[in-house]
Amino acid sequence: MLVFVLIILLLAAVSPILVPKLALRQKVGWLALVPACLFAYASTYLPAVSEGQTFLQVTPWMPSLGLSLSFYIDGLSLLFVLLITGIGSFIVLYASEYMHNHPDLGRFFLWLFAFMAAMLGLVTADNLLLLFVFWELTSITSYMLIGFNHESEKVRKLALQGLFVTVGGGLLLMTGVIMLASITGTLQISEIIQQPLEAQGTLINVMLVLILMGAFTKSAQFPFHFWLPNAMAAPTPVSAFLHSATMVKAGIFLMARLHPAFAEQSLWSSLQLWAGGITMILGGVLAYTAIDIKKTLAYSTLMALGTMTFLLGIGHQAAMVAFVSFLLAHSLYKASLFMLAGAIDHSAGTKDLTQLGGLKKTMPITFALMVMAALSLAGLPPVIGFIAKELVFEAALAAHISLILVAVTVACLGVAVALILVIKPFLGTDTSLPKKPHEASLPMLTGPAVLLFISLLFGLWPGLADRGLIQAAVQAINPDAADFYLSIWHGFNTALGLSALALVLGVVLAKAWQPSRWLAQKYRQLSDIIGPEAAYFKLMDGIVWLATKQTRIIQNGSLSNYMTVIILAVVIPVGYTLLSQYGWPNLPPVSLPNIYEIMMVALLALSTLYAVITQARFASIISLGAMGYAMALIFVHFSAPDLGITQVLVETLTVLLLVLVLVKAPGFSNYASRGEIIRDAIVAILLGVLMTLLVLAALNVQWAPSISAYFIENSYELGKGRNIVNVILVDFRALDTLGEIFVLAIAALGVYSMVLLRKGRGTS
Amino acid sequence: MKNHKDILAARNSSMVHRHDDSLILRTAAIIILPLQLVFSVFLLLRGHDEPGGGFIGGLVASGAFSLYLFTFGIRALNRLFWVSPKDILSAGLLLGLVATVPSLLTGQAFFTALWFEFYFVGTLVKLSTVLIFDIGVYLTVIGTLMTMFTAIANPRVYRT
Repeated sequence: MLVFVLIILLLAAVSPILVPKLALRQKVGWLALVPACLFAYASTYLPAVSEGQTFLQVTPWMPSLGLSLSFYIDGLSLLFVLLITGIGSFIVLYASEYMHNHPDLGRFFLWLFAFMAAMLGLVTADNLLLLFVFWELTSITSYMLIGFNHESEKVRKLALQGLFVTVGGGLLLMTGVIMLASITGTLQISEIIQQPLEAQGTLINVMLVLILMGAFTKSAQFPFHFWLPNAMAAPTPVSAFLHSATMVKAGIFLMARLHPAFAEQSLWSSLQLWAGGITMILGGVLAYTAIDIKKTLAYSTLMALGTMTFLLGIGHQAAMVAFVSFLLAHSLYKASLFMLAGAIDHSAGTKDLTQLGGLKKTMPITFALMVMAALSLAGLPPVIGFIAKELVFEAALAAHISLILVAVTVACLGVAVALILVIKPFLGTDTSLPKKPHEASLPMLTGPAVLLFISLLFGLWPGLADRGLIQAAVQAINPDAADFYLSIWHGFNTALGLSALALVLGVVLAKAWQPSRWLAQKYRQLSDIIGPEAAYFKLMDGIVWLATKQTRIIQNGSLSNYMTVIILAVVIPVGYTLLSQYGWPNLPPVSLPNIYEIMMVALLALSTLYAVITQARFASIISLGAMGYAMALIFVHFSAPDLGITQVLVETLTVLLLVLVLVKAPGFSNYASRGEIIRDAIVAILLGVLMTLLVLAALNVQWAPSISAYFIENSYELGKGRNIVNVILVDFRALDTLGEIFVLAIAALGVYSMVLLRKGRGTS
Repeated sequence: MKNHKDILAARNSSMVHRHDDSLILRTAAIIILPLQLVFSVFLLLRGHDEPGGGFIGGLVASGAFSLYLFTFGIRALNRLFWVSPKDILSAGLLLGLVATVPSLLTGQAFFTALWFEFYFVGTLVKLSTVLIFDIGVYLTVIGTLMTMFTAIANPRVYRT
């Protein structure tokens, strides 16, 4: 799997160069071959995995942290790998057409492939820390993709919202994962899920809540659901890939992955039941009230994600079978729905369901595919969506009566939404559209066509799906699962009756769609005022308010204030510590200074004094320079030629820089009052006195044996150089030097960007 | 030239933007530049045994270039460099990193110095990863200072 991740990452790295070249010849779609090949290769694992084999690949990375590049393949992760690479191939093909005239195509594919790599890593990682690394990578790449059209402020804001929610959850997850590792004593997921965690207690509960928070934020469960509809600001291929088929399932994946370990924990399953149940109903209601076709799909994704969490919460074997089937069905039809919605938007120029109409004539193939996808969404035969929904009913039936109510409500909302998605854009009268609609092109329809064909195939021939992968995936989540067979016809049973009920109610709801718009609008206005999203925006505004306030107080723009604060912040604590812990330092025995030393000190003192009292700018700069040269003299006098040379050179260049800068400034004036001058003088003298005391104290204190002797002895032996200073710089302490030259570079780029890269000035 | 400000304005435009009129400075700059650059390389190479090294060499070279900048202005300096100072900077950082690769490849501790000594026409030549690293430091220092100098001396900064 490491190879998989690396191949896709490499593809991401070359995308910015490769894609524009391919785009000129309309050949970007060929990139889809790479994930397609990986899909084919991953399929070769199918026979072994479906027989219950698992694979573990371990490459050490940072053994000291317990972090290894270890990957684990079983039914669950292979299912996800196939979904990611399979749907990913079609998304790449689709995007090559959907985005074909976007000027920044290279950047788009860079992030798309980077996401794909991260997602592949996430679902196959066996090391909890590695999983977390990939987890965060998916958040970041998702942020870049939601905010892809970054010129729009609204898009940036929404992208940031997704990032805050998922990364905030990621931090909680990290804490939870570390707790899990210390409780179980291992970071390997494959070991953790060997046996259920039996221990109970507050700490265990805290850990469970933290891990669930991570999963809930990622998979947009209530009350963190609000970021997902807003992520629809992303280009449609991104919505189809990240925000329906893959990334939002990462939280679901994690919960399923850890299910064997936590199956005994009642808090784990009850939280999942509650969050899942609320999310599925809320998602259904919101999908019904939305009028933007992408928003409708986003809310119906919430509904599906809620259903999956709900099924995990139920937890028995029937629920696990329903979970895996539903996951597979949903990935197949939801990615298709998004791609078709994008095709409608691309062709008709609007996503507004109330504006669309009569597209059946102009887009017949899109219409046919939409009907197929809607069948899955509504859970009607003969597609796999039907089987999945029947299984959901059965799982609820086997659990509790109230759960059946939830499942049926959601099912009839699903039927209503599916009907609306087919009826509103395609049937009915022609409406005036922003663009003259045309049939979508082949690359945009290939993906939906193939994915929907597969969902039909699985529906008609369920054995293909359950023998192939579903069985193995269920066993990965629930190791004790018995054999089972999926079938499309179970005879006349309760589940079928519930399906019929949901269908009837769904048709009624769809009929009522148009007349209920005013109510929907009222509801949406209300949810803008109260609810988690309003709380999120309040929080953000609060942070900005606080930042503004504290900036006004702390960073008020007066340089002398900054200096005073900084210096006093050093002088007071350091001075206090020095005097209280150490007392006044003793003067070392002083020998009579010779004439050179007296002259150097005199030169230093004179140039300092002149720099302070002079009224002319250049005189001040030059006397500062003279001060530096006097320092250099001292270095040379005490036989440190390298230091001396460096001091002279640095001093020269500093004077030059100061001349360049200060020559532009207005002339010297007396801005400071006498009181301020005295205050500044006191602050400056305090710092000087402190430094002197520190140096004197340092002379008397030697905590550790000096390392100088080692350097002197080994400079030529090991470093092959007689200049010890240089050998230290480039050999003994080369890592420090490497860090320092990077600091230099950052400083230079900082100056460059502050001075030159300002808006309106352009770049050179 | 009535007041202090006018004098300053005139002086600074001559300093960075226009060619200075001083014949002595121009002649000196042209002669000193190559000499000082050679000297900086000398300092760089001998630095391992005698006072000198990449940092000092880089500072000396930057001094030479800034003299040229002050004398002939920024355009002339840009012509003198055939690449942007930022590229020199990045080349330096890259060399600094490259110097760490051989030790990694041979499986030794990070940053272990590797030496390659041979006699060339009777002289002992000592090549090493340390030298590569020092050249990296040399270029980084030049790149840093020249990026700062050219940014601050850029006439566009003072256009209002």
